[in-house]
Amino acid sequence: MKESAILLCDDVTVDFDGFKAVQGMNLKLEKGELRFLIGPNGAGKTTMLDVICGKVRPTSGRVTFGGTVDITKKKEHQIAELGIGRKFQAPSIFPSMTVAENLEIAMRQKRTVFATLFAKLAEEDRAKIDGQLTMIGLENKAGWRAGGLSHGEKQWLEIGMMLLQEPEILLLDEPVAGMTDKETDKTGELLHQIARMRSIVVVEHDMEFVRNFASKVTVMHEGRLLKEGTMDEVQRDDRVAEVYLGKRRDADVSRSTA
Amino acid sequence: MRLQKFTPQRIWILIGYAAAAAALFSAPLFVSDFRLNLLAKFLAFAIVALGLDLIWGFTGILSLGHGIFFGLGAYAMAMYLKLEASGGRPPDFMGWSGLKELPLFWQPFQNFWFAVAMGIAIPALLALVLGYFTFRNRIRGVYFTILTQALVIITTTLLIGQQAFTGGTNGITGYQTVLGYSIGSPDTKRVLYYITVAALIGIFVFCRFVIGSRFGKVLRAIRDGENRVRFIGYNPAVYQMVVFTISAAIAGIAGMLFVLHVGIISPSMLGIVPSIEMVLWVAIGGRGTLIGAALGAILMNWAKSEFSTAYPEGWLFFMGLLFVVVVVFMPKGVAGLVSQLKFRKKRREQKHEGVRNPAV
Repeated sequence: MKESAILLCDDVTVDFDGFKAVQGMNLKLEKGELRFLIGPNGAGKTTMLDVICGKVRPTSGRVTFGGTVDITKKKEHQIAELGIGRKFQAPSIFPSMTVAENLEIAMRQKRTVFATLFAKLAEEDRAKIDGQLTMIGLENKAGWRAGGLSHGEKQWLEIGMMLLQEPEILLLDEPVAGMTDKETDKTGELLHQIARMRSIVVVEHDMEFVRNFASKVTVMHEGRLLKEGTMDEVQRDDRVAEVYLGKRRDADVSRSTA
Repeated sequence: MRLQKFTPQRIWILIGYAAAAAALFSAPLFVSDFRLNLLAKFLAFAIVALGLDLIWGFTGILSLGHGIFFGLGAYAMAMYLKLEASGGRPPDFMGWSGLKELPLFWQPFQNFWFAVAMGIAIPALLALVLGYFTFRNRIRGVYFTILTQALVIITTTLLIGQQAFTGGTNGITGYQTVLGYSIGSPDTKRVLYYITVAALIGIFVFCRFVIGSRFGKVLRAIRDGENRVRFIGYNPAVYQMVVFTISAAIAGIAGMLFVLHVGIISPSMLGIVPSIEMVLWVAIGGRGTLIGAALGAILMNWAKSEFSTAYPEGWLFFMGLLFVVVVVFMPKGVAGLVSQLKFRKKRREQKHEGVRNPAV
């Protein structure tokens, strides 16, 4: 069973000076799976992504990538090189560089100083970048300063950069936050396309958006796993309704949240 | 946007560069020996500015310690020149401090090429060590800048304190020959000028290569968002270390040329004030453009020398005024002025387009 899991978070706890942002969280991601991570504000979803990509070191627990590699001991850039890509909540692209340049440096390649000093943009690299530009709908803006793009376009550019990294796992933090409905639809399409090729973890608030995907949902609450299952199962769950709607039921108080 | 086609704009830029190079190489025909020597000094400063622009303009790391790298290059060359003047015996200032024998670390500096190698290697090594301990520990921004200032203070204190080995406050001066040629003769000076021009052009081309490469793009990416670079899979610390080292080596080369033109190096020429001045040249000329940095260094120093001869009393006020004017009206420096104008033109063109396609 463990062999097919590309990512295994085992009893992960993150303690920020006494505040436990994540407490004994378990998460198993299969190869090629699209997983949504939802939960109210402060549930620890983003912290969980931070742990997986190395931004935050867990106080205890293990995160295993590809069955063997313990990534809690690695540095951010090493984890990125292993094949875990991260898209942050606020679009973080390189504003003073052109769209094409953003993609060029993100592209999967040798990342040593020597290699980049003498790197040439080969025909196939160019084709790759062009293909990515088309996929994220920025083919006419390749020469634009990335800082001049709209919010939605920046988000897509960042997704595009991540895809060119060719990671095994993509971690997306609220990819549709601040997007118009049209942009959200387009992002949804993009996600569908990507999900065919890679494993994805998406942190999302927008329930409508999550409903568009028939995939597994993990609900977090106060740093713990609350419920895991399909969207329907999750929505029928009383405890989930409680944390989202604030209803208190006597039966829930005694129930554990393991 | 597909790269490197010979667009009219590119051709104009190339013509501009060729004209500038031609002007520099033919300057000895039009300028007096005194002015030529001044110009040579300014060109050496322009070389420092190029190196400084690499780390500040393109990587976003502000170093207020480049006077030291410049100075270490200068001292290496000065040691050679001093030894050649004294014929291998301990130089005069050592005798004044009671030192009878040439210290061991001075001895290899009798060799010109060893001195040149050290003038590049020592600043580079110092930068590498400093960079290793700072960038690897993610010390950056103001904190890094303060550390570079500390480096300046430590080094100048050391140079002044160890008078027997370094010449103290007076520095090292009193040279006679370089590789056997009289250092004061107009012919030697002219040759040194040509060497400086060649070095400037060579380093300019090298810097162009560096920023044009993907390495340079990663540097700009670090300037825009160091953390993001990390999550793409680059280790920014290594890149910062390398570019800081390159920058220091370039400053060392400039320092060596400076000593050959000016004939003296002393701690006051590499202290806090000169280090900050170097940053100002880049700021005034336009950080983030190589030509701007080089022009800034030449223009500022030219203005300084003109103002101070024309108005010995009030030249500092003029310099201050110049700073204020540039900072207020040209936030991106002199080179930024050009792109500001271009941008304005483009904006006008875009407006036309907007009228044609109201939907856009």
